[in-house]
Amino acid sequence: MLDDKDRIFTNLYGFGDWRLRGAQSRGAWDNTKGLIEKGKDWIIEEMKASGLRGRGGAGFPTGLKWSFMPKPDPARPSYLVVNADESEPGTCKDREIMRNDPHLLIEGCMIASFAMGAHACYIYLRGEYILERERLQAAVEECYAANLVGKNNANGWPFDIYVHHGAGAYICGEETALLESLEGKKGMPRLKPPFPANMGLYGCPTTVNNVESIAVAPTILRRGASWFAGFGAKNNTGTKLFCISGHVNTPCNVEEAMSITFRELIDRHCGGIRGGWDNLLAVIPGGSSVPCVPAHEIADAAMDFDTLRGLKSGLGTAAVIVLDKSTDIVRAITRISYFYKHESCGQCTPCREGTGWMWRVLTRMCEGRAQKREIDMLLEVSMQIEGHTICALGDAAAWPVQGLIRHFRHEIEKRIDDYAANPHSDPVLPFGVAAE
Amino acid sequence: MSVRRLADEQPANFEFTPENLVWVEAQIAKYPEGRQASAVIPLLWQAQKQHNYWLPKPAIEKVAEMLDMPFIRVLEVATFYTMFNLEPVGRFFIQMCGTTPCMLRGSDDIKAVLQRRVGEQRKVSADGNFCWLEVECLGACCNAPMVQINDDYYEDLSAQNFETLLDDLAAGRPVHIGSQTGRSTSEPAGGLTSLTSFYGADGHSGPASATSKS
Repeated sequence: MLDDKDRIFTNLYGFGDWRLRGAQSRGAWDNTKGLIEKGKDWIIEEMKASGLRGRGGAGFPTGLKWSFMPKPDPARPSYLVVNADESEPGTCKDREIMRNDPHLLIEGCMIASFAMGAHACYIYLRGEYILERERLQAAVEECYAANLVGKNNANGWPFDIYVHHGAGAYICGEETALLESLEGKKGMPRLKPPFPANMGLYGCPTTVNNVESIAVAPTILRRGASWFAGFGAKNNTGTKLFCISGHVNTPCNVEEAMSITFRELIDRHCGGIRGGWDNLLAVIPGGSSVPCVPAHEIADAAMDFDTLRGLKSGLGTAAVIVLDKSTDIVRAITRISYFYKHESCGQCTPCREGTGWMWRVLTRMCEGRAQKREIDMLLEVSMQIEGHTICALGDAAAWPVQGLIRHFRHEIEKRIDDYAANPHSDPVLPFGVAAE
Repeated sequence: MSVRRLADEQPANFEFTPENLVWVEAQIAKYPEGRQASAVIPLLWQAQKQHNYWLPKPAIEKVAEMLDMPFIRVLEVATFYTMFNLEPVGRFFIQMCGTTPCMLRGSDDIKAVLQRRVGEQRKVSADGNFCWLEVECLGACCNAPMVQINDDYYEDLSAQNFETLLDDLAAGRPVHIGSQTGRSTSEPAGGLTSLTSFYGADGHSGPASATSKS
């Protein structure tokens, strides 16, 4: 288990003071100037050596991403955009960073901006996080007042930081949709290429990073890449915030070493599975968009990118949704399907039509009012959505359905048999939200 | 995706209050010259807040004028983003999270309370106090089930404490924002399992514990 001295987010639960003075007493803003004086190449090399992989879901190496930014050009200023549009069901980690340790994020923005030659940074919060936004804004103002950021700040890199927000669109967590939204448009993802590193915000070079990826950077640089790389398995290094929700005794956010086993994570921090380990049905290990993993496969698996990918799932945002045997698994996945139907931006036909189609079929399947051949048809349709859309929302909508069919086909078939044995003509139970 | 239209009945005009105008200017100044359209969401949001949590057509026109944007560009933003209420809502606008993590922890019970006490979704209750809507994940999954009422999150709900919360709101009594079961934020209930060397097992007895929580 990770020791407290090796935890980066030492005010995760807000028991300490979130303000500048409190954050400084925990080590934030300590010799930031010194880090900057070591130069951008050093920073990028350290980040690469630390093995940090992006914490927003895709797990792309952060140092490498920073190195993609082109050389500064006065006509096209570079931007850092922080993706704080935390909307993936199950995920609530960035919220704790922004309301309880905002200075870690702001300092990270400063260092990351320096490393990629950006003088301005926008933090895009989801619109619902109103208290978090006010907190972060207050922290930014503290930094301006203390001359830690600004045009002529004490750290020696002219840098402005702005807090921006959205208004309830999940799709704006996709980086190009976020940039569109930040430009004042509908959040519809852009075709890539060109990638944001060349043509991002306002057509200028832009890097979009997750809150957690940015907030861990100053600590990594202060303590050294080898310290961070010392946790977790090869290629899956570091510490990570896990958000455990669902059927555990005490759901919580917690920072742990990567590659901790699922069993240890749950027993140590979550008081075990509700009703004991024998009551575990399945786990969605990385936010709603990754396929579920049945109990016997996940129980002793290491929670990291590569192990979970081997289980045909993913670490995603490390939002662990635990389902015990009381769960109506078909309904749980149907609800996720509804989520994607609701959040599809409508730009690409396979996603716009397909998400609603999958949701409607699954709604019938919840009651067993379907044909068994429709299970394969559903799988086929999910394959037609996956990979055929501009952004990954199509994939994210398809994977949970594929996971359901892969592991719980027997459950769907049983319902179909039960219904066939006792058919009726009542209307299909409305499920999800008001008719649209 | 959902169909969202402007309300049938609209006020005649909309003006930002002087304080909000100052605020609006500060927002526009955040973005580079000529990129003032970036401020469209914050401005619409402020307009909605000023106008009892719903966004009338004159406000959309006003924002378009202030940002030098065509009306249709602002209208499409207002209809695309679901936090903009295009029709009047109650004094307390309740957004109930019904996505899977909340569903697993009992959001169906919360929904039943709302259906019984407030009625149909999107319809303002007879006393004008409440209006509710099932929304998608609000990002407080470790404190499920939860609702957002106007600006604030209310977490760790059960049918009982949620009924009490609604009673208190309706009666104008003070309510506690955040967890309704006494958790600070998203720490494990019943004692910390990490960071104890800073805050003690209860969060308040360690060397780094803040003396007063704010």
